[in-house]
Amino acid sequence: MTRIAKLLRHRIAGGTILGGLGGLLLVCAVLAAAAAPVLAPYRPTDIDLRQRLLPPSWDAGGNMLHMLGTDNVGRDILSRIIWGARISLSVGLAASCLGALVGSTLGLCAGFFGGWTDRAVSWLIDVQLAFPFTLFAIFLLAVFGGGFMPVVAVLSLATWVNFARVVRSQALSLRAQDYLLAARAVGVGTPRILRRYLLPAVLPSIVVVASFSAAQAILTQAALSFLGIGVDPTVPSWGTMLDLGRNYLQTAWWMATFPGIAIALTVLGANLVGDWLSLRLDPRGS
Amino acid sequence: MNETLLDIAGLTVRFGGTTAVSDVFLTVARGEAVGIVGESGSGKSAAMLAAIRLHPPGTGIETERHVLGGEDVRNATEGKMRSLRGRFVAMVFQDPLSALNPLLPVGVQIAEVLMRHRRLGRRMAHLEARALLTRVGIADAAAHEHRYPHEFSGGQRQRVMIASALAGDPALRIADEPTTALDVTVQAQLARLIVQLQRERQMGLIWVTHDLALMAGIVDRVVVMYAGRIMEMAPAGALYFAPRHPYTVALLASLPRLDRKRSPVLPGAPAPPGGVAQPGCPFAPRCSKRIDKCDEVPPLLEIGESLAACWALA
Amino acid sequence: MPAGLSASIAQRCLHGFAVLLGVSIATFAVAHATGDPVSLLLSPSASAAARTQMRAHLGLDQPVAAQYLIFLRHALAGDFGQSFIYRQAVTTLVLARLPATLLLAGTAFAIALGISIPLGVAAARGGAAAWLLQIFSMLGLAIPSFWLGLMLVLAVSVWLRLLPVDGFGGISHLVLPAITLSLQSIARLGRLVVSGMRSALRADYIRTARAKGLLERRVIWVHALRNVMVPVVTMAGLELGDLISSAVVVEVVFAWPGIGRLAVMALGQRDFPLLQGTVFIAGLGFVLINLLADLCCARIDPRIRLA
Repeated sequence: MTRIAKLLRHRIAGGTILGGLGGLLLVCAVLAAAAAPVLAPYRPTDIDLRQRLLPPSWDAGGNMLHMLGTDNVGRDILSRIIWGARISLSVGLAASCLGALVGSTLGLCAGFFGGWTDRAVSWLIDVQLAFPFTLFAIFLLAVFGGGFMPVVAVLSLATWVNFARVVRSQALSLRAQDYLLAARAVGVGTPRILRRYLLPAVLPSIVVVASFSAAQAILTQAALSFLGIGVDPTVPSWGTMLDLGRNYLQTAWWMATFPGIAIALTVLGANLVGDWLSLRLDPRGS
Repeated sequence: MNETLLDIAGLTVRFGGTTAVSDVFLTVARGEAVGIVGESGSGKSAAMLAAIRLHPPGTGIETERHVLGGEDVRNATEGKMRSLRGRFVAMVFQDPLSALNPLLPVGVQIAEVLMRHRRLGRRMAHLEARALLTRVGIADAAAHEHRYPHEFSGGQRQRVMIASALAGDPALRIADEPTTALDVTVQAQLARLIVQLQRERQMGLIWVTHDLALMAGIVDRVVVMYAGRIMEMAPAGALYFAPRHPYTVALLASLPRLDRKRSPVLPGAPAPPGGVAQPGCPFAPRCSKRIDKCDEVPPLLEIGESLAACWALA
Repeated sequence: MPAGLSASIAQRCLHGFAVLLGVSIATFAVAHATGDPVSLLLSPSASAAARTQMRAHLGLDQPVAAQYLIFLRHALAGDFGQSFIYRQAVTTLVLARLPATLLLAGTAFAIALGISIPLGVAAARGGAAAWLLQIFSMLGLAIPSFWLGLMLVLAVSVWLRLLPVDGFGGISHLVLPAITLSLQSIARLGRLVVSGMRSALRADYIRTARAKGLLERRVIWVHALRNVMVPVVTMAGLELGDLISSAVVVEVVFAWPGIGRLAVMALGQRDFPLLQGTVFIAGLGFVLINLLADLCCARIDPRIRLA
């Protein structure tokens, strides 16, 4: 018995159990997003006024046809949540990737070249961080309107700094490494050095930050759609569902509760995976 | 005058899978200075930390006898030990830069001992701290009291440590390689200071070091440790002029001398911390006097004024 | 003042200034990026005369750099134009609602510090506190604050009827929003305190402090915690700013009359001057807060002053 207990403790401490849980949550989310047309019992925009405001199936008055109940115009909550995964995940992934691209490039250049490049990038980072992000996002999107690309672009503004900082500090410490100096002495060009030598070294950190950035992006996107800045009018976003559910809080608590749980579980999954990756890839911690 | 300050016997310290200290015993009386000599990994620091029960968590210590200040502390609570540490027995550590808190002014680090153990109020404690700083040789104590450790030189930092160890007016002081991190001229000055303070206040002193030469003329008795065990224990005169244990002989012979170009080197490598793999005398693999009986751990045998753990001397 | 401190204060102020400059450029750029700032800054129903006047006011016939300077001049004078919804100067509107947001963010901040530091210190010794903190931080960083707010309202105000649902009035109105807002900060700060304490407690100077026989209370709270405070204060500065930003959604959920709610209403009406003014003033606040945090760090850790 003690051997099992010891193994369990080792696994928990080693992060495997939590990491596995995170992976499971993410897989569920991805599955929901990818297979929405197949998985969801109804279409997210199917209105059925005879079935409006049904409580979840385990409550009195609910039925098994609508497991998590229906909203104010009879749309099935479960289906809308499954479909909503598409928006959250696609925005999260896109914002993380774009942020990674921009942030890592800038961070790499800042760390490697130093001098004015570094000062300029650091200044940009500080300015970015000086803005209360949600307010700035509202500001930008008020001007440029909602929609997938604008929202992803704005969210990337939040995520790029995470990448830039981490990559920059790593590049700074790697810059003086002997093998880099040797490569330069032999005449290897700078772009090649950045690509073949530095990039592989910073890649693990980038992956870790990507996971956390995706989580951050998903949360922020939910907040923005809660405030009314949507991404796609045809597909419900979890945040929009929460906004709607807010008006029916006292009468139909399930409208607001379940989308929120979906958000929390997805973000938790991404965070746990990020933690696990960080243990595996970067044991000294960043 | 001959009050026993520390009496410890059968001390064994285990950490992880290794045994850092095996069956060590030591007594120190008031006014007496004892030197503990050994190379890195000999277990000397571990033994001293265990003596004041300040060992790191996860360390197992066993003692047959452990009397500190006349009290049996084998099962003492942490609270009891806290009242003894700093007040009855004080320790000076090796690297003052890491041993002092970088974020507190040195005056505070001395005054807190006064406030804790001598029950002085804040103002009195700081005045006393200044007096202590002056006593250990830091000029203009009033100004320096407010400075931070990184603003001092290595030697001055160690003086600060000594002052904080002095603050509780301890009867016993343990100095764990106090001068190792400093350069030679400063070493001599500090050694003189420590001895002076000891003589002044009639304290017991345990000086842990790897430098046998440094202790000559400072200590009354020497304990030589190797791989966690005591190899030899003798009055200073006997040890320096008539060393018994092969290890001690080799150590003394390897000290640099002005009349020689080169010192003989001890063959082999020092034992790793935590003892050696094979049973018996830990020094046997490197010993020139090795005999078959050395496969058994030798007990300490009395030879003249010394005690030496060596079958070859029986 | 100790030597070196005044130099580092000056350096940090200069840095803050540079950041502020960046903030102003960004705020300016957004409006002009669309090519027609006038239609943004005036309500759709404005007359042609009003448009011409605005064009002159903004100096649109001049090169961009000059326009920026004009903008800057107006900003420094506190002139961000007029809000179309309220027909009042933006600055007046924002400053009127700023205290409410600061109250909310400040309370959440105090709650966060008050919980995360003791919890983190306890968790560093291990045991139940460590588990609690880990669960707390996992959940705290995943749960959306607006959802939590709604759930709290549901549980506490609707079902239990203990506290009012929303609005602004007394402490009873402040409790739920402040708790909701503090959650993420508790999670982040708590983690920082735990890891900082764990490594601080392994340090040599802690061994020295124990060798001096100091009470454990002092060893932990005076010796160990002090060394953790630098990263904590730095992060706390960022957190406070983050709180002001996250307050937006919480203000919406609880109908709290702060600048966040103001901004969201402005969003709905496309009241651009109001948005621009809010962002700029909030950015200014951020820079000041971070400057303050930086200065605190220099005060706590004398080694930083030399850097």
